Amino acid sequence: MKICVLVKEVPDAAVEKRMDPSTKRLDRSGEKNLNPFDTHAIEAAMQIKEGGAVDVDEIVAVTMGPESAVRALHKAVSLGADRSVHLTDPALAGSDVCATGYALAQVLKAESPDLVLLGQQSDDGECYTVGAVVADHLQMPSLTQVIKIDVQDGKLRCERQAEYGYDTVEVELPAVISVGDAINEPRYPSLKAIMGAKKKPLDTKSAADVGIDPSRVGEQGSRTAVLAINPPPAKEPGEIIEDEDTDETVQKIVSWLEERKLLA
Amino acid sequence: MAGQWTSASGRAPGEGAPRAPAPPFTREHEDFRQVTRSFVERELRPHAQEWEDARWFPNEVFRLLAAHGYLGLKYPEEYGGQGGDYLHDAVFAEELARCGSGGLAAGIGAHTGIATPPIWKFGTEEQKRRFLAPAIRGEKIAALGITEPGAGSDVAGIRTHARRVDGGFVVNGSKTFITNGVRADFVVTAVRTTPEGGHRGLSFLVIEKGMEGFSVSRKLDKLGWHASDTAELAFDDVLVPEENLLGEENRGFYLIMANFQWERLLMALGAVGSMQATLERTLEFARERRAFGRPIGRHQAIRHKLAEMALKLETGRALTYNALRLFAEGHDAVREVTMAKLKTQRDAFEVADAALQIHGGAGYMKEYEIERALRDLRLGPIGGGTDEIMREILGRQLGL
Ligand SMILES: Cc1cc2nc3c(=O)[nH]c(=O)nc-3n(C[C@H](O)[C@H](O)[C@@H](O)COP(=O)(O)OP(=O)(O)OC[C@H]3O[C@@H](n4cnc5c(N)ncnc54)[C@H](O)[C@@H]3O)c2cc1C
Ligand SMILES: Cc1cc2nc3c(=O)[nH]c(=O)nc-3n(C[C@H](O)[C@H](O)[C@H](O)COP(=O)(O)OP(=O)(O)OC[C@H]3O[C@@H](n4cnc5c(N)ncnc54)[C@H](O)[C@@H]3O)c2cc1C
Repeated sequence: MKICVLVKEVPDAAVEKRMDPSTKRLDRSGEKNLNPFDTHAIEAAMQIKEGGAVDVDEIVAVTMGPESAVRALHKAVSLGADRSVHLTDPALAGSDVCATGYALAQVLKAESPDLVLLGQQSDDGECYTVGAVVADHLQMPSLTQVIKIDVQDGKLRCERQAEYGYDTVEVELPAVISVGDAINEPRYPSLKAIMGAKKKPLDTKSAADVGIDPSRVGEQGSRTAVLAINPPPAKEPGEIIEDEDTDETVQKIVSWLEERKLLA
Repeated sequence: MAGQWTSASGRAPGEGAPRAPAPPFTREHEDFRQVTRSFVERELRPHAQEWEDARWFPNEVFRLLAAHGYLGLKYPEEYGGQGGDYLHDAVFAEELARCGSGGLAAGIGAHTGIATPPIWKFGTEEQKRRFLAPAIRGEKIAALGITEPGAGSDVAGIRTHARRVDGGFVVNGSKTFITNGVRADFVVTAVRTTPEGGHRGLSFLVIEKGMEGFSVSRKLDKLGWHASDTAELAFDDVLVPEENLLGEENRGFYLIMANFQWERLLMALGAVGSMQATLERTLEFARERRAFGRPIGRHQAIRHKLAEMALKLETGRALTYNALRLFAEGHDAVREVTMAKLKTQRDAFEVADAALQIHGGAGYMKEYEIERALRDLRLGPIGGGTDEIMREILGRQLGL
């Protein structure tokens, strides 16, 4: 069995995020990191491999992104992936979710994995959608927000985090599964793994290498356009009730709550 | 949020973010730093208070560290090490300062930083298999025994004596202030092997737990480093076999000197890590705590204190990283290492003292951990060569 894990390079969580008003895209200068949710996807792949219920031949980390995204691949490999593929091409810049999903699916077609794992959301775009788009292009079943995976008779039994409780779903392979952070606790990569990551095979692919139709990617090929970006309205200052006469204060609070129908 | 590659949670933006590498560190070291910081913060720090109160951290900590490779960062893979180098150990030493317990960091540091390096550098193949490999696996805990009741700064005054007998040595004497001394499975011990005093005639023996006549006479109580066990050791006609002689007989003084530079660098790195952590939390406090209608950090007296703290941190970091670079490149760095050790130890204590002042009454309370840092850091100007001895070394370097 072959598992591909989609990983994305995102601005580090501790870096203040800023939109670039000219491009209406996220300002991606500053320190970057591997998308935290994707570390859980790699760990899920590792646990399937180490669980022994199926033979996993290899785990391949796949990313689409600029040159710097190589570091996200190195991190993915330090966590256990055997090799990685980097899709990078100026033509891809500015792709929206559909374009990103299409481009990644083209890479995956060339790899023909039995299972595609990915994080349920990225730390920056937070669209929660790439998994579904990829699955559609690959004509594979898709499960999202999965927090438990068991291998049974060549199929996967998964628990999905639903709004109230959990769904238990069985899915046949090949499939695309996005995972939540409750699924596992990613391991700490050892120094040896970090140093060894650069030595593992890494394939760099252009859009043409994987047969991407240029009219379907990039800013031009995206069918959504961000028109404007507005900060949320500033919060109105709260009302401070000074406690001079406690009975009166309580009365004021109760009527404030009643006006807003907050008391049943 | 889990994910060991993410930076530590709960920080304001900009603080604790992975940083651009400062020489001698590279990208790879900063990646390793990020993982290490997260390890220290999640696996060690939550236990600091408990272990301080217990005056002991459990031996299992060594197993945990070993499982993640931390006890063998700089050691070759053939002994179970990670195959890294001094700089990786340096990253670990700096980040370990964030564990919240100077004693815990000291116990780990004594094992990886001072007790096992002499075996790696001077041990025979057989000694490396017997002592270094299990130490890297966390199965055997190591201590270094040099100081004696009558000999500290003046190493030449060592009186613990080893008399040659058939097949080995018979050791008599005592050691004191030995970190990990209570729990150690073996103590790399400096002994006198010739009747005449002075620098000549010192040798090293690996003395093992369970050898007849070797005992822990006292677990010492102390100002700080509460989680660490500091012991007085007694040797009463201990028969130590020949194969436990480390390095050449009567050449022990060189062995002591060989590791001093690294020990002092580790202390400087620990101080830098500690100043960084202290500055971060004090800045946070100074932004939040209000007095006379504004955050206390907006009062000039406090703002200037913080500026001084930041200056001490940056000076210490610059001196230490430079000394580390020279050392790692294999240059003679005695002068630079001595300066880094001298400058950072007193400064780290003063930074903690300023932090305590800025925290006001809260700083005096246990729960803010500042008082602990202050107590722990007071050892810096004493251990690993006192400030006075550092000034002596520097003064002599000036030709005086
Ligand atoms: C403020 C803002 C608003 C945006 N609004 C829209 C919009 O409304 N519509 C739209 O179509 N696009 C939008 N985009 C662009 C969109 O975020 C990105 O183009 C696209 O990559 C979506 O990915 P995501 O990170 O949100 O994916 P998610 O679906 O949140 O990511 C889930 C998982 O997909 C995988 N993944 C995502 N991207 C990659 C990648 N490049 N390489 C490998 N794996 C990957 C990761 O495993 C990730 O965990 C917006 C971008 C910004 C900054
Ligand atoms: C918590 C703790 C843990 C320790 N762990 C270890 C360990 O694991 N292994 C180990 O071997 N040792 C250990 N030590 C011992 C430590 O290295 C010594 O305490 C230190 O080297 C100083 O020696 P001393 O205490 O004998 O002081 P002394 O040498 O007696 O010094 C007393 C004072 O005299 C000053 N002085 C001495 N000589 C001169 C001089 N020539 N000129 C001017 N002033 C001078 C000193 O600076 C100091 O102020 C530890 C100590 C402590 C407190």
